[in-house]
Amino acid sequence: MPGDVKTAQSAAEEKLVAEFARARASLPGTEPVGALRDAAFATFKSAGLPTRRVEAWHYTDLRIAMRDALPLASAPKPDAALKQKLEKLAPRIADLATARLVLVDGYFIAELSDAMPKGVSVSALSDALAKGDATIVEALSAPGMGQGDAALALNTAFMQGGVVIDVASGKQVAQPIEIVAVSSESSHAIYARSLLRVGAGAHLTLIERDVSAAAQAEQRNNALVVMVADEGQVEHVFVPAVLNSASTHVASLLAVLGAKASFNSFTLAQGGGLLRRQIHMRFDGEHAKGQLAGASVLRQKDHADTTLVVQHVAAHCQSREYFKTVLDGEATGVYQGKVIVAPGAQKTDGAMKSHAILLSDNATMNNKPELEIFADDVVCGHGATVAQLDEDQVFYAMARGLPKPVAESMLLEAFVDEATDRVESEPVRVYLTSLIGQWLSQRGRA
Amino acid sequence: MIEIRNLHAEIDGKKIINGLSLTVNDGEVAAIMGPNGSGKSTLSYVISGREGYDVTGGEVLLNGENILEMNAAERAAKGVFLAFQYPLEIPGVTTMTFLKACLNAQRKSRGEAELSTPDFMKRVKAGAEKLGVPQDMLRRALNVGFSGGEKKRMEVLQMSLLEPTFAILDETDSGLDIDALRIVSEGVNALRDPKRSFLVITHYQRLLDYIVPDTVHVMSKGQIVKTGSKELALELEANGYRDYVGEAA
Ligand SMILES: Nc1ncnc2c1ncn2[C@@H]1O[C@H](COP(=O)(O)OP(=O)(O)O)[C@@H](O)[C@H]1O
Ligand SMILES: [Mg+2]
Repeated sequence: MPGDVKTAQSAAEEKLVAEFARARASLPGTEPVGALRDAAFATFKSAGLPTRRVEAWHYTDLRIAMRDALPLASAPKPDAALKQKLEKLAPRIADLATARLVLVDGYFIAELSDAMPKGVSVSALSDALAKGDATIVEALSAPGMGQGDAALALNTAFMQGGVVIDVASGKQVAQPIEIVAVSSESSHAIYARSLLRVGAGAHLTLIERDVSAAAQAEQRNNALVVMVADEGQVEHVFVPAVLNSASTHVASLLAVLGAKASFNSFTLAQGGGLLRRQIHMRFDGEHAKGQLAGASVLRQKDHADTTLVVQHVAAHCQSREYFKTVLDGEATGVYQGKVIVAPGAQKTDGAMKSHAILLSDNATMNNKPELEIFADDVVCGHGATVAQLDEDQVFYAMARGLPKPVAESMLLEAFVDEATDRVESEPVRVYLTSLIGQWLSQRGRA
Repeated sequence: MIEIRNLHAEIDGKKIINGLSLTVNDGEVAAIMGPNGSGKSTLSYVISGREGYDVTGGEVLLNGENILEMNAAERAAKGVFLAFQYPLEIPGVTTMTFLKACLNAQRKSRGEAELSTPDFMKRVKAGAEKLGVPQDMLRRALNVGFSGGEKKRMEVLQMSLLEPTFAILDETDSGLDIDALRIVSEGVNALRDPKRSFLVITHYQRLLDYIVPDTVHVMSKGQIVKTGSKELALELEANGYRDYVGEAA
């Protein structure tokens, strides 16, 4: 074969190359950061945008979805109107007084953000990178996770916004931190990377809420690195924005857990273009617990991909993955979950489930749970189902007087609730349930 | 009053109801007996509006109004109730939530005001007590993990709350021990009313000792082949269905 294993660069890839060359000098950070960017961009350049030929992207073709590469968002000028707009786009969650950190087009805007509770310190990613603190740079790069992933590499190469949050050891922070990431009106690409470091024995709840003021397509490629030290506890909820249908959103989460740490993360996908939720979770210390859960409610041509890689390195850890997907219209759902148990990770307890309901003949769900077990004394299981709404249950409820849409919504809500129930905070659960309720009430009306 | 006239129904091209006619007057309790597979459950589904059946002829009139064009929820709001032979489990929806939603949906459809939560609670609690349904069952997901007998009691509780004008009980006796049978039957008997009619489907005469019918119909191959008084049930118990169904049953 002639040496054309790799296809010619797409228009978007060519633009990304030009954009990197143009922006490289002005991207934040000292030289070690520059070297990190160059290495990551080289990874991207040799691989290209992910296509279905890449195993981890088998059901999501980012190269086709990104026909064009939008220009990098420039630093916004915060104005008073923006603050008001923000309160409208992301109204406060009822009964939950969070401390907000506001990102506009990925850039941290201190003027729009709340004061942080005691024990929590925050800096803008650009400031942290400019200082060049070696431990922060290393932590941000999350060594050993997602290496070789071209989409994550793009985020590393272009990261310009985001925040670094540190929770001091032993601090059990009662007030949840909420990162509200809003995009401004123009059409552009956003690359933010944030880092959360939770000290030994510290507790924190982090809510990430993305909203958009844009009517046009946008391209978001964000990453969050979470490091939970020994006996630390983190509750995490992520609600990506419903973007314009031509948009793409890659949202990576890289989590490393120390001994006896606990991490509970939930994602609610409500559609809007293409969403790729990719999570790497690694157990570095013994007796840690990690749960990744989520719900996706999709319609029209929505495409939502949840791809997980869970690495049990240390022994005696527990992992739970639990995802529910409801698909209507011509939507596509993807669940790929890979749990890897390393040779030394004895007594691993793992359980993975992905359940989907198809409401339309034209919707598709791709379910691919996988276990790679190299230790002999473990308990690991997985289950995946794709079904339709149970007609007998619908009839039963109708025979009691519930009109069909009400009966169906009730059953779907109950189906999704089994995932949202895994969120610890009651006000957050209520908030998530109300979003799902809104989605359900729009069914059949569009 | 329900009038079924020359009803024909099929599923996937298979004829199951073959020209069935039957009237149940206000205040009447009619029993339908018949061998397995004669179409009793199918009849109950066709009357209550389950999708998937082709009604190829005939009509079903509830108080003079043809209900065949209505969907199941509309029929329920008009007063049709089916106590299922196999009640469905509804995971994730508590019994209380389900009952309240159903009751208020029916009221709304009839143009009545919704019941307030305290009013509703009062009614459910009273109904549950009569049927020996423990309060904690009302907070559990509907029918999930309930025993066969508990499910049947729950069907009768739902019936008592929804106050239908025409109720079908499809083998409500199956899976019940004698005590449960007595409680369930008392629940049904308490609802007997000059303005309410019942169609009690059963396989065994035993139930009819507790819920004493005014009329007994024998069903075979999708038709009513014999109608009589409550003594007919005793005769069927003694002699089987063979005199009425043609070949040995
Ligand atoms: N969904 C269905 N598809 C095809 N045949 C069915 C279906 N439901 C019932 N039948 C058939 O219709 C006949 C009557 O069934 P059913 O109404 O359940 O009888 P019964 O309640 O009197 O025992 C049986 O032969 C049964 O196999
Ligand atoms: Mg039957």
